[in-house]
Amino acid sequence: MQEQEILLTPLHEEHLKLKARMIPFDGFDMPVQYTGIIEEHFAVRERVGIFDVSHMGEIELRGKDALSFADYLVTNSVMKIKDGDIKYSPLCYLHGGQVDDLFVYKIKDDFVLLVVNASPNYSIKDYDWVVKNKGDFEVDISNKSRDYGEVAVQGPDAIKLLEPLVKEDIPLKELKRFKFIIGELFGKKILISRTGYTGEDGFEIYSFKPEDIIDIWQGILKEGKKFGIKPCGLGARDTTRFEVCYWLYGNDIDETVNPLESGQGWTVKFDKENFIGKDALLKIKEKGISRKLVGLYIPQGGIPRTKMEVRKDQKKIGYITSGNYCPSLKKVYAMAILDLPYTEKGSKVDIAIRNREVEAEVVETPFLPPFNKR
Amino acid sequence: MSNKVIENLYYTKSDEWLKVEDGIGTIGITDYAQDQLGDIVYLEKVEKGKKLKQDDTLTTIESVKAVSDVKTPVTGEVTEVNIKVIENASIINKEPYVEGWIAKMKIENKDELKNLMSAQEYSEYRKE
Repeated sequence: MQEQEILLTPLHEEHLKLKARMIPFDGFDMPVQYTGIIEEHFAVRERVGIFDVSHMGEIELRGKDALSFADYLVTNSVMKIKDGDIKYSPLCYLHGGQVDDLFVYKIKDDFVLLVVNASPNYSIKDYDWVVKNKGDFEVDISNKSRDYGEVAVQGPDAIKLLEPLVKEDIPLKELKRFKFIIGELFGKKILISRTGYTGEDGFEIYSFKPEDIIDIWQGILKEGKKFGIKPCGLGARDTTRFEVCYWLYGNDIDETVNPLESGQGWTVKFDKENFIGKDALLKIKEKGISRKLVGLYIPQGGIPRTKMEVRKDQKKIGYITSGNYCPSLKKVYAMAILDLPYTEKGSKVDIAIRNREVEAEVVETPFLPPFNKR
Repeated sequence: MSNKVIENLYYTKSDEWLKVEDGIGTIGITDYAQDQLGDIVYLEKVEKGKKLKQDDTLTTIESVKAVSDVKTPVTGEVTEVNIKVIENASIINKEPYVEGWIAKMKIENKDELKNLMSAQEYSEYRKE
């Protein structure tokens, strides 16, 4: 395999200054923690935390067919969304497995932004897939993953921290969940959305120039001091998303997992005329799924990790997709893809953790309700 | 950031410490090891009476982000297990050298101590 260049986000220097512990992640050198994952986790749950998410990819669709092309690419319906609306959706292959999961930002009819997961070489996997499927759509596709900077400001105090920092062009209090607005922050042009990956209220802020995100990061950290803000790494990003059971592409979902198995069925709009994967997903739906993503509670015996085998009477019935200690619940949970009928709540299964079998029970997801459902 | 190293203990290359008193060795992981692991959340139960050879796996330790084996610095039999850290593994983050000890062993062969490092040697070994 070709040697990959290690990518740095525009905030890389900031992480080093803060003495973050760095790890390779999807081609980038990223902070996993600054002071400690659990400490950072609680900053997000109880106050506010800021994450560098500049590694995320941005693909711009411009032109007459921008919206209809987006609608054809993804399983969710975006034709009727308004300017400033955001939709979550899987991006499927023809066979129904997933290229990625992403957010569609409708800027206007002829300008749509796809926010995709990081993957080596600035999300080239998503970009290539989108380009490959252009067909006769009148649309210009550009991979802008290198140009956007992005931070996520997450936690119950995120609104209190950011509201005084923005001007009239950004009425932040009125900004609803899954909506965005374009305006200015610290003199830089930004796009700000009321979204996040933590299960808390919060915002994601995009700069249109990579270097602009540095002033925004520094400014928010400085102004956030009175709220006890913490810079948070990928470790806390994972524990916060895991407690509320948000899918992590590459772990919980991938090219082998279709949205009907993973609990993303609500995002698949079969009433749309056409979208990539529709035929395959329709067939799967008619036939019925044979396995399902479920939550597991592990009362004792260790931490299940990705790809560990799940068994019933010594027979393999599935695998762990994510597993961890949940700091807010002080308990160990996992997500797993299990064969039917072992997916019923209360069903008892075993997880092969190294050389032992550890008992687990199928439970309701999410393990912790997101902030607006607590 | 420099990690604490305590005098008069023996150290291994895999970051365990061993305190020797009257033929009994107390085993734990070093400050460097706990710092590398991050928030420790689980320690596999150590069996009392178990006989282990030098470098065998004594137990497995899990943090939020990683899993790591704890090796036995010397050959011997496990005589005591620190129940407190089995019940609350995060003690190891706070007190790797005192409250955070993991197990005690009856040392079979004192000659093996020669294979271990002194505090000074370990400090050099883990100097960044």
